[in-house]
Amino acid sequence: MQSAPVTTLDIQQIRQDFPILDQQVNGRPLVYFDNAATNQKPRPVIDALTQYYEGYNANIHRGIHHLAEQATAAFEASRRAIQQFLNARHWEEIIFTYGTTDGINLVAQTYGRRFLGEGDEIIISTMEHHSNIVPWQMLCEERGCVLKVIPVDDNGELILEEYEKLLSARTKFVSCVHVSNSLGTINPVKTIIDMAHQVGAVVLIDGAQASSHIDLDVQALDADFYVFSAHKLYGPTGMGVLYGKKALLDAMPPYRGGGEMIKEVTFAKTTYNEIPYKFEAGTPNIADVIAVKTALEYMAGLGKENIAAHEHELLQYATEQLSELDGLRIIGQAKEKIGVVSWVMDGIHHQDTGVILDQQGIAVRTGHHCTQPLMQRFGIAGTTRASFAVYNTKDEVDRLIVGLRRVQKMML
Amino acid sequence: MTINEKQDEIIEEFDLFDDQLDKTQYIIDLGKKLPPMPESARTDENRIMGCQSKVWVDAELKDNRLYFYGDSEPTAQISKGLVGLLIRVLSGEKPEDVANADLYFIPRVGMGNLITSLRAGGLASMIERMKAYGRTYANQTA
Repeated sequence: MQSAPVTTLDIQQIRQDFPILDQQVNGRPLVYFDNAATNQKPRPVIDALTQYYEGYNANIHRGIHHLAEQATAAFEASRRAIQQFLNARHWEEIIFTYGTTDGINLVAQTYGRRFLGEGDEIIISTMEHHSNIVPWQMLCEERGCVLKVIPVDDNGELILEEYEKLLSARTKFVSCVHVSNSLGTINPVKTIIDMAHQVGAVVLIDGAQASSHIDLDVQALDADFYVFSAHKLYGPTGMGVLYGKKALLDAMPPYRGGGEMIKEVTFAKTTYNEIPYKFEAGTPNIADVIAVKTALEYMAGLGKENIAAHEHELLQYATEQLSELDGLRIIGQAKEKIGVVSWVMDGIHHQDTGVILDQQGIAVRTGHHCTQPLMQRFGIAGTTRASFAVYNTKDEVDRLIVGLRRVQKMML
Repeated sequence: MTINEKQDEIIEEFDLFDDQLDKTQYIIDLGKKLPPMPESARTDENRIMGCQSKVWVDAELKDNRLYFYGDSEPTAQISKGLVGLLIRVLSGEKPEDVANADLYFIPRVGMGNLITSLRAGGLASMIERMKAYGRTYANQTA
């Protein structure tokens, strides 16, 4: 692991912003280490949701009354905020979805069905979440495409030499995760994209785990598609973003049919709206879209580099402390990682570890983390995973270690 | 001892512990005492699906009494203990009594957290499987 600058954040002060953290679980103060699944929401985000419903709830875009205009303005302001967050060239390149999974399915079902066919190859990696495997398998089954997989080495890093061998004129699409949810590995996505572009393939990056930890610039990356979920960056659940290059989005057929996505409907023929609305059928998740802007502002206020530095400190500390436990093996030792640490312990099932930690007020995730092929690669059924956010502390890591010693004492 | 007498006995045993961790320890220790299931009975058919850990339950009918056997993969000790508890309550009983058992001991022993944490680990699935055996054999012997 590389060293990072020491954080300057006042973590105790930041914790005050997250009301959920101030509670006891099973008689002990909550330690929330399941941030890779979803992180907690700061007060301003919760307030933004309440303010919308209390002050200006209305359906957007076509309403001509005051509330509708206010809601539409806030909704579209959020799109601009996300455009800035990603450094996208055009605001129309920001499509609102229900989350990362929804974004990937949208691309597979529109771009994929229109432009990929018999014998075309799609490359993914061994460390993909099921949501970046299954939509492509479904497409392959339907269209006769072939799925190829970049292998992972023992440290949990993609083997780029093998990726290079997979690339050919037959490669039409590459869909790869930016940061592994199970291992924390940060993949060299710029290199992955450049290599794919050299053979003319289009690239989607799954940024679910990256978006709250890494500075994003889709133009610098030259990503064709980039997807993420709001709820992993201190925002609400049920809301996500698909970024796509304008030319690609323009060429893609619509996904869902309904209101908003049309220009004109007659029984003879319907014409479709322009992007982004072409992909936003029906009443969108207005409140949550609006609150995402607040979440981005909250992160910007703390400074993404400060958040990353703090999480890196926790990762280093946790890695050191965990390594001292007998019979514990960390899965995923990549040089570049976000604050995610996964492990297995001799003679102890991860499920039991999770239960006994929970009884001590510590929330972790156990299981295959929706990455079964990756677990198979490491010859394990699952891991226990702790994942950090800005509000976590070294004291909490100490609680985890004490908790794990208790697990070992009970089990062995 | 009837099913309910056995349940009452278990509730009394768990009442000795205030702390949930101590209760869990007790369950783990019960699991360690559970006789191992023959490898041949660890079939996919006997596997309780929906668990993070592998758990198997088998049953046989002798003299109109149902006898249960169960096990988990060796490391999944809490699941094994829970199977052990269920076997203790339901094994050796008439099929119809198993099918109709009201397992009130589960909420009463304060394992609420275990039940939710093992939601995926399927204590409910284990109970359902055992009761299904009860229903099947009750119909056969009726």
